Amino acid sequence: MILRWLPLVACALIFAAPSIAGPYYITLLLPAFGYGIALLGINLLFGYTGLLSFGHALFIAIGAYSAAYMTSKAGILHIEAIFAVAIAAALLIAVPVGLLCVRYVKIFFGILTLAFSMLFYSFLFKFYHVTGGDEGIKVLRPLLFGHAFAERDKVSYLTGPFYYYMAGLLVIATAIMRRIASSPFGLRLRAVRDNPQKAEYLGVRVRLHRLVAFLISAVYGAIAGVALSVPTGLADPGLAYWLQSGNLIFMLLLGGYTNFYGPAIGAFAFIFLHDQVMSITEYWRFVFGVLLAVIVIFVPRGLMGLLDRRGRWAT
Amino acid sequence: MSLLEAEDVSVHYGAYCALAGVTIGVSEGEFVSIVGPNGAGKTTLVNVLTGLVKPSRGSVRFRGNDIAGRGPVYLSKLGLARSFQLVNIFPELTVRETIAVAVISRLGRGKSWFRSLQADREIRLQVEATAELFGLRGRLEERSGALPQGDKKLLDVASAFALRPVAILLDEPTSGVSTAEKNHVMKLMVAAAKEVGVLSLIQVEHDMDLVFGYSDRIIAIHQGRVLADTTPDGLRANAAVMATVVGKTSI
Repeated sequence: MILRWLPLVACALIFAAPSIAGPYYITLLLPAFGYGIALLGINLLFGYTGLLSFGHALFIAIGAYSAAYMTSKAGILHIEAIFAVAIAAALLIAVPVGLLCVRYVKIFFGILTLAFSMLFYSFLFKFYHVTGGDEGIKVLRPLLFGHAFAERDKVSYLTGPFYYYMAGLLVIATAIMRRIASSPFGLRLRAVRDNPQKAEYLGVRVRLHRLVAFLISAVYGAIAGVALSVPTGLADPGLAYWLQSGNLIFMLLLGGYTNFYGPAIGAFAFIFLHDQVMSITEYWRFVFGVLLAVIVIFVPRGLMGLLDRRGRWAT
Repeated sequence: MSLLEAEDVSVHYGAYCALAGVTIGVSEGEFVSIVGPNGAGKTTLVNVLTGLVKPSRGSVRFRGNDIAGRGPVYLSKLGLARSFQLVNIFPELTVRETIAVAVISRLGRGKSWFRSLQADREIRLQVEATAELFGLRGRLEERSGALPQGDKKLLDVASAFALRPVAILLDEPTSGVSTAEKNHVMKLMVAAAKEVGVLSLIQVEHDMDLVFGYSDRIIAIHQGRVLADTTPDGLRANAAVMATVVGKTSI
C-alpha cells in the first residue's frame, strides 16, 4: 500500500518542498536529485542486470566536465545543449569501456570499471591545460529553456527555477527508467542477471544486454554529473575519484537495490544523513562506516527492503 | 532428410578425446534417445549439437545450417531448444516471467525497451498456454527458486518449449524427478511437443525404462564412439551393447 503511493507522495513532497523548507534544505536537495538520477542508472546495472560498477563516478565526472567545457570554454549556456553533449560524451567513452568490461562479471567487472575511472581521474589531474588539473574548470550558470534568470542571485536561482527544473528532470528520468525496467527488455536483463547460460538458450544475447544496460547507466550518470556540477559551480577531478564511486554504492545499499525506488531514496537519505552527522561531529566517516556495517549485516536490503519484503533482487 | 546431423565429429580436450568420429542424424518426427555409461561423451555430444562446443573436427548441421560453435542464441532462432541435466532456471523470476523470457525471444520483442510487458496480451496468452501444458498454470506468480524440485524441472523444460522450437534436446529431463513421477513428466513432454509443433525430440537419459518406452531410435555411445544406432528392439537384441550401456543383458 505504502509502496503503491510512494512515487506520488515523493513527487508531491518534492514540488511542495520550496514552500515548506528553507533555502538551506532546498540547496541540500539539489545534490540528492543529481545522485538520485545516477542511482537509477546504477540500479539498472546492478539490481536488474547484476553488474556492480565500482567506477561509476567516471560518468558523473564526464557530465560535470561537459558542463564546465560548454559553459566556460565554448560559451554555450543552454542546459539542454549541455545535456546533449554530456550524453554524447558519456556514450563515446562508455561504448569502448563497456565492450571491454561486459566480457567480465562480478569482481572482475567491478575492478575494471574502477580502473577506468581512476585512469580518467589521473587524466583530469595531470593534463593541466586541458582539464585545469586539480583546480578543475568553472561551471557557469546555465540557461534553463533559454532563460538566464539574471535578476536572481545564486541562491534564489538554485532554489527557484533550477530546483524545479531538476525536480522535473528527476521525475522524467524516473518515469523513463521505470518504463525500461518493466519492459520485455527489462525482464531480459533480470534473466541475464539470474542465469546467463539459460538466458542464452532462450535467445537472449547476454553480452549485448549487459552492454546496453551499461550504456543506459552511463547516460544517467552523465546527466547526474551535469546536475551536480551546477550548484557547486565547479568540475574538479575529485568527481571521478573512487571515493565518489564508493559513495554511490553506499547510497545503493542504504536505499536498497531490491526495490526500484530504493537506490534513489538512498541518495536522499545519504545526503541528509551526511549533512546531519557532519554538523554533529567531524568524525562523520566513522559514523558512516559503522552505519554501512550495520546495513550490510542487519538490513542488507536497505531502507526500501524494510517496506518491500519480496524477493532478494529487484523485480 | 535429417533435421539435425553431426558428421564425423571429434572433440578433444587437450590429449583427452571426448568424441571420436561420431556421425548421427535425427529426422523429423523422431524421438531419439542417447544412452551410454558415465563419461561416454553424451553431454559433450549434446553440447556439440547445441552449438556450445565447437568440434575439433567434423560438421554439425541443423536444417541445413552449419551450427558448429555458433552458440545458443543463433540456435534458438533456427528452432533448436535445449533443457539441462541440472535444474537451470532463473531463481528470482516468477514462473510467468521465466516462460515470458522465451516468448519474448520467439515474438522478437526483446528490443522493445519502452513497451509495457504487463500490457502485452500476446505474450501473456502464450505464457499461460505454455504453463497450462506443463501443469504450471496455478503457479504462475510464484518465484521459480521457491518451487518444488519437480516443478523446477518442468519449468526448465516448459521455458524451452515456449520457444516453440522445431527440435528440442533434453539433457536428462527426468533427473531429480522421483521415479513415480518420471512417466508423468515424459507424457507431459510428449504431449506438449505435439501441441507446440516440436517435430523431433532428442533426449539423454539414464532410466532405461523411459528410454525403451518412448524412443523411436536409440543411439548408444561408449568411449566417445557410436556403439549402436538402432530401434529399441534392435538394441534389446544386441547383448554385447546392452551389457556395456545398461550393465545388464536383458531388460
